[in-house]
Amino acid sequence: MTGQALQKEKETKILTPAKKPGAELLLDALEEQGVDIIFGYPGGAVLPIYDAIFKRDTIRHVMVRHEQGALHAAEGYARSTGKVGVALVTSGPGATNAVTGLADALLDSIPVVCITGQVARPLIGTDAFQECDTIGITRSCTKHNYLVESPQKLSTLVHEAFHIARNGRPGPVLIDIPKDVQFEEAQYTPRDEARKRNCIVLPEIKATQIEMAVDLMRHARRPVFYTGGGVINAGPGASETLRAMALETGFPVTSTLMGLGAFPASDPQWLGMLGMHGSVEANSAMHDCDLMIAIGARFDDRVTGRLDAFSPNSRKIHIDIDRSSINKNVRIDLGIVGDAGAIMTALVAEWRKRETQEKSDRDRLRAWWTQIGKWRARKSFCYEAHDQFIKPQYAIERLYHLTRGKDVYVTTEVGQHQMWAAQYFQFDSPNRWMTSGGLGTMGYGLPAALGVQAAHPGALVIDIAGDASVQMTMQEMSTAVQHDLPIKIFIVNNAYLGMVRQWQELLHGGRYSHSYSDSLPDFVKLAEAYGGVGLRATTPQELDSKIEEMIAVNKPVLFDCVVTQEENVFPMIPSGAAHNEMLMGGAVTGDEISDAGKALV
Amino acid sequence: MSANTQSQSVYPVTQDEGEAAEAIIAVIVDNEPGVLSRVVGLFSARGYNIESLTVAETDVEKHTSRITVLTNGTPAKIEQIKAQLGRLVPVRRVIDVTAETDALERELALIKVVNNGDHRVEAMRLADIFRARALDTTHTSFVFEVTGTREKINAFIDLMKPLGLTETSRTGVLSIRRGVESD
Repeated sequence: MTGQALQKEKETKILTPAKKPGAELLLDALEEQGVDIIFGYPGGAVLPIYDAIFKRDTIRHVMVRHEQGALHAAEGYARSTGKVGVALVTSGPGATNAVTGLADALLDSIPVVCITGQVARPLIGTDAFQECDTIGITRSCTKHNYLVESPQKLSTLVHEAFHIARNGRPGPVLIDIPKDVQFEEAQYTPRDEARKRNCIVLPEIKATQIEMAVDLMRHARRPVFYTGGGVINAGPGASETLRAMALETGFPVTSTLMGLGAFPASDPQWLGMLGMHGSVEANSAMHDCDLMIAIGARFDDRVTGRLDAFSPNSRKIHIDIDRSSINKNVRIDLGIVGDAGAIMTALVAEWRKRETQEKSDRDRLRAWWTQIGKWRARKSFCYEAHDQFIKPQYAIERLYHLTRGKDVYVTTEVGQHQMWAAQYFQFDSPNRWMTSGGLGTMGYGLPAALGVQAAHPGALVIDIAGDASVQMTMQEMSTAVQHDLPIKIFIVNNAYLGMVRQWQELLHGGRYSHSYSDSLPDFVKLAEAYGGVGLRATTPQELDSKIEEMIAVNKPVLFDCVVTQEENVFPMIPSGAAHNEMLMGGAVTGDEISDAGKALV
Repeated sequence: MSANTQSQSVYPVTQDEGEAAEAIIAVIVDNEPGVLSRVVGLFSARGYNIESLTVAETDVEKHTSRITVLTNGTPAKIEQIKAQLGRLVPVRRVIDVTAETDALERELALIKVVNNGDHRVEAMRLADIFRARALDTTHTSFVFEVTGTREKINAFIDLMKPLGLTETSRTGVLSIRRGVESD
């Protein structure tokens, strides 16, 4: 071959890259998207993909024990890193098991890409083995989904899927790949050349809206910032901007369950979480304010309570990336569509500009802060301590104090323990708190912790769990041991489905229909059976040393924290009540027990 | 304390509990598998009504279809429907046909009337007034084709009822913009 001919062949090779099987194209696309870890479970319809994974070591694969766990782990990874989490499951039951995780990610706006196998194209619609209509089933629980019709489209669809998952209001995207597409060869489409539909058009920030908002803010006498998960999703920069905005304006800040950590809990302007089990000061401030500035929050029913009595005398500014969130549940006076970080930056700039022209009257907020001080004095998170048994609130408090200053990430399951974790564990930075807010998925915390730990190998990852929730995905303990993910599962064990029991006590005459967990496993032995470490604390005296032991162990731990059984979560806004109609804890008003008294226990 | 439900707003409030009314919404979508299902699924999942639905590919080159939905609700609900439709990835544009002044709407109906004698003559006379065409006729029946706005078709149907109307078939509403601009 002449030199010229050789050169020409080289050129054509560069121009038309070699064809590859669909499975390889998928992994190439994932690599280009920066994916370093996949949570998955193999099966017949994804075997070619697993074969391709076997041949390369660029992507780590964590094999879970149930597909729901793969999705929650991907969510945990996404929420703690801000990157897109990836799950890989097979067709049929693999896909249906993934549905809970997809719905969870949709309601909490978590960027996840889920790849499912599908039976070969000629078999689709024939009721083939492990066939199900994955696209049909997941249509309403994903932001978007695709059936890949040909390998030529595979890589471009993967790039578009990531684009959709991470941009705009983030969410889960599913790609269903028939098995024969995984085998068939085609050319790769790089990320830059992939079709990315212009589906995420954010309007430009209008100066007039920013001016209007700052106008309202400068004249408000009883303002409050109501922040949500949108601030976390807008990235760490948005949390910084929120802090700057709060500092400059002097306004109090409250947050939804999803937004905890965006504003430091140690800040004097922090009111605590709002909503059904929020603090008195947060909910009262929401009810009595004259200006509410909602940022990346969606006026969920757990937050608003009775809609017709929700913050009746306030003007409301709502900043959200999703136009449909504005005016969905609550009438908004000024809705601004866009990225929370960008809009807050514009607000701060406008605020500063106006302050240099004419200082706003800082004294106008004095009466408001005095009122907030009175609400705070009611000490809504006070509880009656016990010297023989561990109170669940005390357990979370000690867990928080003993892990302070460490690189801590917290996930939770759903129920009473989740609310106590939100009330008593304090977060000073974003992306540290992973909980299932919208869907309320019991069994979320354990697999989510796996995802967090896989992304942050040296960190202390704690799943604050309940004895009922944790059993929903307990099998993932096996995953933790296999993949050296030393998560700490802190079970607040009251032998009840605690939140169900609480509602039955308060709303159904104390008829505890099927809410007692009889025949609980011995969690210590269970941990040992899995090859992890089991610990148990039953008295307040031994709690601290056991927690310290848990932190010191470099292995997955099941911590059985045996707590008093019939404790309720307070304060509580009963469903259908207004923010100023909170139920407070039993006999305790908050003044009876001093801080010193609480410390004794 | 009594809840003050009046908004203290100085700005125009877009959401109000106004009267529920019919609304025609046109949705321009990428013509890809499942797109109709996404749109229809959104309506059923969120509890919105579909009174009629028309869909076909309208731009072969751009590969887009136009879905025209006749729905009803308060102004706030219609706003919410539009916003929710806008979230769907294959949706390119959402057009509130009812709210736009330069929108045209048309519907086509096929109407079967079985009658004889005076009723037959009267049916022919009314068909003439409504510019309906007789597509098929026997000694005892007509099939009329009529096009127009929904109100016109409803009026024609109402008039035909006492004259032996036995069956109707309607296309659902179509819409397009007047003038040189296109959607």
